[in-house]
Amino acid sequence: MTASSQNKNTNGSMEKPEILEGYNFAYLDDQTKRMIRRAILKAVAIPGYQVPFGSREMPLPFGWGTGGIQVTASIIGQDDILKVIDQGSDDTTNAVNIRNFFGKTAGVDTTEKTNKATVIQTRHRIPETPLSKDQILVYQVPIPEPLRWLEHRETETRKMHALAEYGVMHVGLYENIAHYGRVTTSYDYPVQVDDRYIMSPSPIPKFDNPKMDKMPALQLFGAGREKRIYAVPPFTKVKSLDFDDYPFTIESWEESCALCGSSNSFLDEVITDDEGTRMFVCSDSNFCKEQIEKLTNAPLVQNGDSS
Amino acid sequence: MSLQNPLLKVENLSHYYGDQIGCENINFDIYNGEVLGIVGESGSGKTTLLKIISGLLCPNAGSVAFDTRIEGPRDIYKMSEPERRLLMRTDWGIVYQNPKDGLRMNVSAGANVGERLMAIGNRNYANIRSDSSDWLEKVEMDLERMDHFPETFSGGMLQRLQIARNLITKPRLVFMDEPTSGLDVSVQARLLDLVRGLVSQLGIACVIVSHDLGVMRLLSHRLMVMKSGKVVEHGLTDQVLDDPQNPYTQLLVSSILPV
Repeated sequence: MTASSQNKNTNGSMEKPEILEGYNFAYLDDQTKRMIRRAILKAVAIPGYQVPFGSREMPLPFGWGTGGIQVTASIIGQDDILKVIDQGSDDTTNAVNIRNFFGKTAGVDTTEKTNKATVIQTRHRIPETPLSKDQILVYQVPIPEPLRWLEHRETETRKMHALAEYGVMHVGLYENIAHYGRVTTSYDYPVQVDDRYIMSPSPIPKFDNPKMDKMPALQLFGAGREKRIYAVPPFTKVKSLDFDDYPFTIESWEESCALCGSSNSFLDEVITDDEGTRMFVCSDSNFCKEQIEKLTNAPLVQNGDSS
Repeated sequence: MSLQNPLLKVENLSHYYGDQIGCENINFDIYNGEVLGIVGESGSGKTTLLKIISGLLCPNAGSVAFDTRIEGPRDIYKMSEPERRLLMRTDWGIVYQNPKDGLRMNVSAGANVGERLMAIGNRNYANIRSDSSDWLEKVEMDLERMDHFPETFSGGMLQRLQIARNLITKPRLVFMDEPTSGLDVSVQARLLDLVRGLVSQLGIACVIVSHDLGVMRLLSHRLMVMKSGKVVEHGLTDQVLDDPQNPYTQLLVSSILPV
């Protein structure tokens, strides 16, 4: 039984954990939050541009979402409702702990329902439910520099961004097609924002790339270890790189979700025994649940918990 | 000489490393289709000069004017950096002594050759692929090796790959720094033959730096001899090699070992 299902009531929002004494609202001190907000404002003003910021040490290791958590801490207010997902799921370790962290340090309401949340922090997915203009999506980013794989020098990549010298990005795609006959990059698929900056969308599957284009919600990206923040403002053009004769495509599955039957969501392959039996299920756990509820016309009770 | 502008006009060029002379008071012109050789002992300022005129090192004094396609002669160090970099990847080519400096070793040969096309905005895979393979054929590469990594290539193949990578955008001026050093003699001969053929066929102007007078005799039309950062002799290649006037050139020419 996971922590989230323990203190969950039937309408999907969770009971508030006890607020910890001795911490500033949402953990970070106000000076740090101002600094991060300045970086965010600059990032929003220059879509796709990586703004350096003084990343702080957070009470979790680099690579676990320190960038996203700092961005969330800087933008969250007392009335916000927070949702945290990890690989689409609300009840994995990372998601549960970050949600509890803000529950304890900020005392904000948390939820698993995509459409109820005002701030959604995510690792590696965009929710299947379309987001609205009242929401903010915060991504956790491990490596913010999309040119890094082909150009190792930071001085050079900055210059390439400044001069919009992006030919080398297509060298990577060319290599894919030359060796495998198609573009095999399936996650962290580079995009061009507002016809200007090339941006790493963080390791979301390329299935989610089209959702970024003209998204009504504000998208913020935080890379804690690499000390960069970047953003895609609402309704901004986001184009995935491709060749004219090899257009961008997203993943597709022959199967439908084994739980809810959805045929248009991102599916995870789950191995169920040692004989190789497998099933495909939605990676977005909240979306899957809602689909089942729609089908059965009854609220779904998870893990036998009927509180 | 014809009435056209020189493709590259170098005037009163000087560069110092502290109080060390890199090169001093250099003047020359290069016209379309012309091959200029620069020879001299090591430390004579050949590479410094090549770096300056190829846009890699800003000189202390003097000017380097390139006859751009649209705006005519312009000092490359007074251009904005984006303009200069665009020039470097379209109208210019640079063939490095060490192919590893000029190639991307972690992507295939075809991608190396096609990179410049993608850099100037070509977004059609089939076109890029066919242009790359054309150029690999022109430099006598086996097309079966197109998708192999440069790491698996021999020294001569790497140099030919570098040449193809540079020539694919049909540059008007190519800089070569010791293109044949480190290659065995038979490979050198083949490469020289290839370069000579391509240069004359495409009418590319070329600046070649080498200390190998044999290479110069074969490739260059005009020859500049440098010593201690200064040009000591400058003239038609055959003239300079057959009837050297300067004592240093005389010494240089006489020091070639007879086989």
